[in-house]
Amino acid sequence: MSTLKPVNQKAWLLVIPVVLCVAFSAILPLMTIVNYSVQDIISPERRVFVGTEWFRTVLRDGELHDALLRQLGFSLAVLAVEIPLGILLALSMPAKGWKASAVLVVIALSLLIPWNVVGTIWQIFGRTDIGLLGAALAGLGFDYNYTGSAVDAWVTVLVMDVWHWTPLVALLCYAGLRAIPDAYYQAAQIDGASRLAVFRYIQLPKLRGVLMIAVLLRFMDSFMIYTEPFVLTGGGPGNATTFLSQYLTQKAVGQFDLGPAAAFSIVYFLIILLMCFVLYNWMQRAGTAGSAGSEDMPHA
Amino acid sequence: MARIDLDLSHSYRPDPQSDEDYALLPLKFTFEDGGAYALLGPSGCGKTTLLNCISGLLRPSHGTIAFDGRDVTAATPQARNIAQVFQFPVIYDTMTVGENLAFPLRNRGVAPAQVRQRVGRVAEMLDLSASLDRRASGLAADAKQKISLGRGLVRQDVSAILFDEPLTVIDPHLKWQLRRKLKEIHHEFRLTLIYVTHDQTEALTFAEQVLVMSRGKAVQVGSADALFERPAHTFVGNFIGSPGMNFLDAQWRDGAIEIAGRRYMPELAAPAAVALGAAGGFKVGVRPEYLRLAAGNDPQALPARVERAQDIGTYWLVTATVQDAGGAPALVRARLGNEAAGLAPGQTVWLSVFNRHTCYYVNEELVA
Amino acid sequence: MRDAQRRAAYGRAIFLVAYLVFAVLPIYWMLNMSFKSNEEIVSTLSLWPNDFTLDHYKTIFTDASWYSGYVNSMIYVAMNTVISITVALPAAYAFSRYRFIGDKHVFFWLLTNRMTPPAVFLLPFFQLYTTIGLMDTHLGVALAHLVFNVPLAVWILEGFMSGVPREIDETAYVDGYSFPRFFLTIFLPLIKAGVGVAAFFCFMFSWVELLLARTLTSVNAKPIVATMTRTVSASGMDWGVLAAAGVLTIVPGGIVIWFVRHYIAKGFAMGRV
Repeated sequence: MSTLKPVNQKAWLLVIPVVLCVAFSAILPLMTIVNYSVQDIISPERRVFVGTEWFRTVLRDGELHDALLRQLGFSLAVLAVEIPLGILLALSMPAKGWKASAVLVVIALSLLIPWNVVGTIWQIFGRTDIGLLGAALAGLGFDYNYTGSAVDAWVTVLVMDVWHWTPLVALLCYAGLRAIPDAYYQAAQIDGASRLAVFRYIQLPKLRGVLMIAVLLRFMDSFMIYTEPFVLTGGGPGNATTFLSQYLTQKAVGQFDLGPAAAFSIVYFLIILLMCFVLYNWMQRAGTAGSAGSEDMPHA
Repeated sequence: MARIDLDLSHSYRPDPQSDEDYALLPLKFTFEDGGAYALLGPSGCGKTTLLNCISGLLRPSHGTIAFDGRDVTAATPQARNIAQVFQFPVIYDTMTVGENLAFPLRNRGVAPAQVRQRVGRVAEMLDLSASLDRRASGLAADAKQKISLGRGLVRQDVSAILFDEPLTVIDPHLKWQLRRKLKEIHHEFRLTLIYVTHDQTEALTFAEQVLVMSRGKAVQVGSADALFERPAHTFVGNFIGSPGMNFLDAQWRDGAIEIAGRRYMPELAAPAAVALGAAGGFKVGVRPEYLRLAAGNDPQALPARVERAQDIGTYWLVTATVQDAGGAPALVRARLGNEAAGLAPGQTVWLSVFNRHTCYYVNEELVA
Repeated sequence: MRDAQRRAAYGRAIFLVAYLVFAVLPIYWMLNMSFKSNEEIVSTLSLWPNDFTLDHYKTIFTDASWYSGYVNSMIYVAMNTVISITVALPAAYAFSRYRFIGDKHVFFWLLTNRMTPPAVFLLPFFQLYTTIGLMDTHLGVALAHLVFNVPLAVWILEGFMSGVPREIDETAYVDGYSFPRFFLTIFLPLIKAGVGVAAFFCFMFSWVELLLARTLTSVNAKPIVATMTRTVSASGMDWGVLAAAGVLTIVPGGIVIWFVRHYIAKGFAMGRV
């Protein structure tokens, strides 16, 4: 019996509803964007085709490069902290019983708060005069000021993001861990495996699928982050925490009109697409030590 | 290789009151060193619970287990040195076949040269030598189960190998191959093997002794022959055999067996006759293989109405109804030879029921 | 060996408690703020309100549009979650079990739909919906949110489905199960954790999505997240009301995760096939 998946073109029937749903929501708007990106919309009646001019302007923008670098740094920092922390959290959460339910609910709370409220809370939270965190840090002797110091601002935004989104990684990993049949742990016990060996040879491989989703999701979402840092620091001090999304909005609202904004959007999208594509392939190849299902997962 | 002595019962409830609260009713049994045993029974009968008690994955709420006289009730599976093969293949996906087999030895700190030797030997035994360097995750289910088995065999001092319905996900045409391989291994290594299954064919072909279980109770233990010939309980009579044993309600009257007004006098030992006489009603059990067509004037034969006669190939399966002491007519199945070829539905035939294979049951338990 | 294991378990427990404290602190702070007057919020550091007030909650509960905001959000979020999971299940099964033309590309394409900041979709959606009359409807927002929720659901479900050995499917067919019966009685229970997590994430992302929900609605379907941005008034930021609204937005989500906790926590119970 082969472990390779059988070819079945009729499987397309199962996929069509999904394609329709997403295409309806995606392709039409996207077409509009592409349309705008190659035009100069001087006024609703006067549109001039300008080809790739907006793209060239956008790509040559020095401030854009800075924002992009800032964004990359932020996203990498986010991944570096949230992924291991999420895994560790998932491993520490109880597997069953009332404690499991309680922990699940508490962990999930931060995900449910609207993002502008998240930013607002941390805004007060971090103030040294009226906020618990700020006062505590000041009390410990730190010269903490997230509005004045770029480093403090960065760290605050990062910690806020970690607080906000690590539960996503943890929940995915937790569900993934629960999906591992008991027999694997029993077999490992019988084989005399150490706790570390259990993690390395059973848990981590079986989490591969779920971790890939977590990494791609967190990368994407952190790359598009807008509301929370905007509310917390407004992009400051200066433009220390002005990430890519905020830069786009600033330009679109302030200086650009629809044409360049659309072009920027496409470039933005392509950057994320390229990075995710690279990440995805790298993760597929790095983990070709497959889990039970990996040889069944579609490879790019 | 070890002798395993059980004297236990298990309940998942903290304070069991009645029989229903027990997953395993009190059982005292010894698995001899080197024997091949099967735990046979329908779903939920407690066979997996029993297996897990033996392996140490579950601690029985009452009683003890001893390996070679040593009390292991509190010991972990590792300490008991058992190996277990699960219902679906459990392998370490990131490792090669060879690394999988070597894993239990490496964890115990065995020297690399010895590891290589053992792995090689076991791989050869299981026809896995060619795949030693391949990723274990890419193999088919039966190969993966062999790897699971191999991880147990590779440990020289393994006390017993336990199987929990291991052929469930194997292709039907590969099942017999694996069963044969298991028998070979038993022959070669003389390990204590305990095999859980709900499939009587698997149990009866694999094991020397079969423990038939129902609702937490070990109903009968014996060889395939014993279970077939003298089932100790109507449940065993019904469960073993394809189709199972036929049962007819009967009563004892004036020194003879009475079924639906007709009287029969089979040969019975005196104590059996006394027991049947003392009981209110009892059951006559006879296997389809031991029913015979008789002549119409045979006083020892029962009248039966044919419902259906099927040509199975190697025999004819005749289904008939018989009036017995119970209210409705009882369904009776017989495996007959070509003499059954001409039978038509509705026809009346005479079945010879009483012979030396016939069993008698009072309150579901074998009396004679 | 036993001691090392016990110490490791201890360490994990301490870590868990530490993280839970970290997780709860800002929430406690939000709760704290919701009971304080705006003046107290911006002037004093107090761990519990000096001047305990329920005014902010009163504002929310008495203002009709706040309440309807809740109901609206719950309606379109529920619609979206149900649709997302329903269409994602068969598609994920297809990706998990079969190969077909374009399968890898479609799978990756799905994820690319999450790679555009929603701001990009704003104007096109606005125009589209105005044209076909989906503006200010619950269905409209639910459909719009499909763009990022369906791909997520498909990816998560596919991952969990691929963890179930294909032998189980085959054994079921050999045993005579029809596909729907197999899917509902055998397969779904095995991927419970994936379904639970996917459903919760669909709920969550739709619930907190602000831009599209606000732009595509005006009166009838205005969600809670949109009404909360009204809190910047002439007298400045209405911190207290914002905090109270934040507290109240957690409640439905908390309930949802309470309901799916069994799905997420119980996981792969390998029954007798």
